Amino acid sequence: MAVPILKQGDYLIATIQSAMTDSEAEQLRDDLMERIGRYRSRGIIVDITALDVMDSFAARSLRNIAHMTLLRGADTVVVGMQPEVAFAMVQLGLTFEDVHTALDLEEGLAFLDARTGR
Amino acid sequence: MPLGRIRIVISTDADIVVARRSGRELADQIGCSHTDATLVATAISEVARNIVTHAGRGEIIISPVDEGTGEHTAVEVVARDEGPGIPDVERAMEDGYSTGRGLGLGLPGARRLMDTFEITSEVGVGTTVVMRKRRST
Repeated sequence: MAVPILKQGDYLIATIQSAMTDSEAEQLRDDLMERIGRYRSRGIIVDITALDVMDSFAARSLRNIAHMTLLRGADTVVVGMQPEVAFAMVQLGLTFEDVHTALDLEEGLAFLDARTGR
Repeated sequence: MPLGRIRIVISTDADIVVARRSGRELADQIGCSHTDATLVATAISEVARNIVTHAGRGEIIISPVDEGTGEHTAVEVVARDEGPGIPDVERAMEDGYSTGRGLGLGLPGARRLMDTFEITSEVGVGTTVVMRKRRST
């Protein structure tokens, strides 16, 4: 099932479900890249509250999404990571490096508002 | 309900999701914490992806283990394929070494997530990973 993407003003909000397959992650990347152009979006929130496993492929996919969307002029912030998912990521040796993160949707929106000067 | 072993044939990315969900469920059933169940699911995801990426096809067997206490206190995951095998297992266990499209964290990362981790591989024959996570008491 494709990841649903909601348009809210200048922002796109993608809500990842618990069991995201590799091909769904790639589909999300392509969908976001296309919609940035279509809606002239300035910011993207990827909500991973429901995601129960962040493995190396998913982490790399999110990182790629953040980098690619930035090249199209939109800031991406990843929100809602569960504590145990964060723990597993660190144990696995994964980092998000320069990917912006926020606690939840509300903080993510506040972050984007600050970035886009609103 | 008696707990049994679960065998999942791995050939697509959707199978990876099925395998890690099964691992999480079994970890939950033997009384692992939510965090440990997440670690098991994440480790399964890594070894299952290795099967899909490098061998194309294989299997994952997840079993509850009684390590001599009369009850199930650990989850054992066996990931097996008859793929090309790994020429240099030692190197494959180093962080950042990758021949696929991953980050090179799959095998060493899975080892860090689990309590025990053993890998045997023979070129032209295949690769088997056996790893366990114990319930914390």
